[in-house]
Amino acid sequence: MAFFQMKKMILAWTFRTPVTTKYPFEPRKICPGSRGRLDIKISDCIFCTLCAKRCPTQALNVDRTNKKWHIDRLRCISCNCCVEVCPKKCLHLTGDHGIPTVTKDWETF
Amino acid sequence: MGTRTIIPFGPQHPVLPEPIHIDLVVEDEKVVEAVPSIGFIHRGLERLVEKKDYIEYVYVAERICGICSFIHGQTYCQGVEEIMKIEVPTRAKYLRTIWGELSRIHSHLLWLGLMADAFGFESLFMHSWRVREQVLDLIEATTGGRVIFGSCKVGGTRRDIPAEQMSWLLAQLETVEKEMQLIVDVFMNDNSVKHRLCGVGVISKEDAISLGAVGPTLRGSGVADDMRLLKYAAFGNLDFQPISKTDGDSYSRCAVRCAELFQSVDLIRQAAAKMPEGEIAVKVTGNPDGEFFSRVEQPRGEVVYYIKGNGTKNLTRFRARTPTFANVPPLVKMLAGCELADVPVLVLTIDPCISCTER
Ligand code: SF4
Ligand code: SF4
Repeated sequence: MAFFQMKKMILAWTFRTPVTTKYPFEPRKICPGSRGRLDIKISDCIFCTLCAKRCPTQALNVDRTNKKWHIDRLRCISCNCCVEVCPKKCLHLTGDHGIPTVTKDWETF
Repeated sequence: MGTRTIIPFGPQHPVLPEPIHIDLVVEDEKVVEAVPSIGFIHRGLERLVEKKDYIEYVYVAERICGICSFIHGQTYCQGVEEIMKIEVPTRAKYLRTIWGELSRIHSHLLWLGLMADAFGFESLFMHSWRVREQVLDLIEATTGGRVIFGSCKVGGTRRDIPAEQMSWLLAQLETVEKEMQLIVDVFMNDNSVKHRLCGVGVISKEDAISLGAVGPTLRGSGVADDMRLLKYAAFGNLDFQPISKTDGDSYSRCAVRCAELFQSVDLIRQAAAKMPEGEIAVKVTGNPDGEFFSRVEQPRGEVVYYIKGNGTKNLTRFRARTPTFANVPPLVKMLAGCELADVPVLVLTIDPCISCTER
């Protein structure tokens, strides 16, 4: 019969600070290498459309004639595919997850 | 004989995060019969193979389940690789093993937390999930994702774990292991936990086999069967013996999962020590033509994928049999004759994941 097996843990944690953070007030610690929001350095892009062809969720739309690059943020699953195929290496995933949105808009670069 | 009443349980229920509905036929406080019904969240993922090509479908396969996501992706990739006769680099096999075991640790810690929550031990629940968070951090640092790893692809893996990151991971695992030991001590020895688990929901070895139980539900009944014995990925080179307990009650199933936590840590250590240098992926050309049954051990048990291709870029048929589906008949057997108050605990002991059962 063993009662109060938790007592060691409870005692230890009584004198420690909580592991949770005060999230919206304190920003989340971003882990290096985390796959978050897709970012483009548009000055390097040659509008080759490879990224849009490879995107598994059709979140990208590249307009060759008008030299515009569009993304639907809500469709993007941060899979890293477009980053891997881009010949100019102008795409990368940042560690943060972007701000919440209420409309389904295409963002244009 | 008292009057029989039917109590509907689920699909929304405070102790059950999963949408399963069970009609409990009760007589006084005893359950006489349980009639399960599923089908509340069918997503039609199997038919998506007709829309997505076989390489893109890895992302869909990973999303079948939010907890064993990596292993779903791995099972799919292994199946397609087998059909296309692709020889995956050894390093990729070891990486898959490491990530698979990390996801087993986080899944079992999640289950321990939910279990503690089900019998009302809130502080134990919090501590289990606190440790799980550390494991999720390890996963995020090595794969880039916390829930959907996205690191498996047909032909290998999409990320490597460099040597210095590997030694960091092993050092972190050491701390995690110590913390897990404290939690497991409570689960295994505390009287209030034992009171809720010992002798509850006994399923005999014969019943477990004939009803087709898989995973910890089967191993908790004394059958040392584990798909990792099939030596997929790097398991052929690692020292691995399945863990089993003989009592067949809820406590045995809990004990199996607790022991598997440490076994997984050990397997990761072995894999890290034996992992060779080299490529992590090979180039894939052509389309799958043929069919294959891919079987892999998930935290919840054996998952079976049937994959059939006809030489085009879309598969013609894809079918997933998830472990929870196999564990529902044993659950129904366990529920008959139990106390009404034990129902939530019993449903949880099979570690239900209804969302992946319905795909
Ligand atoms: S692949 Fe790269 S260069 Fe080509 S369109 Fe996309 S972002 Fe631009
Ligand atoms: S990260 Fe993946 S989903 Fe997002 S835009 Fe790139 S390819 Fe598409």
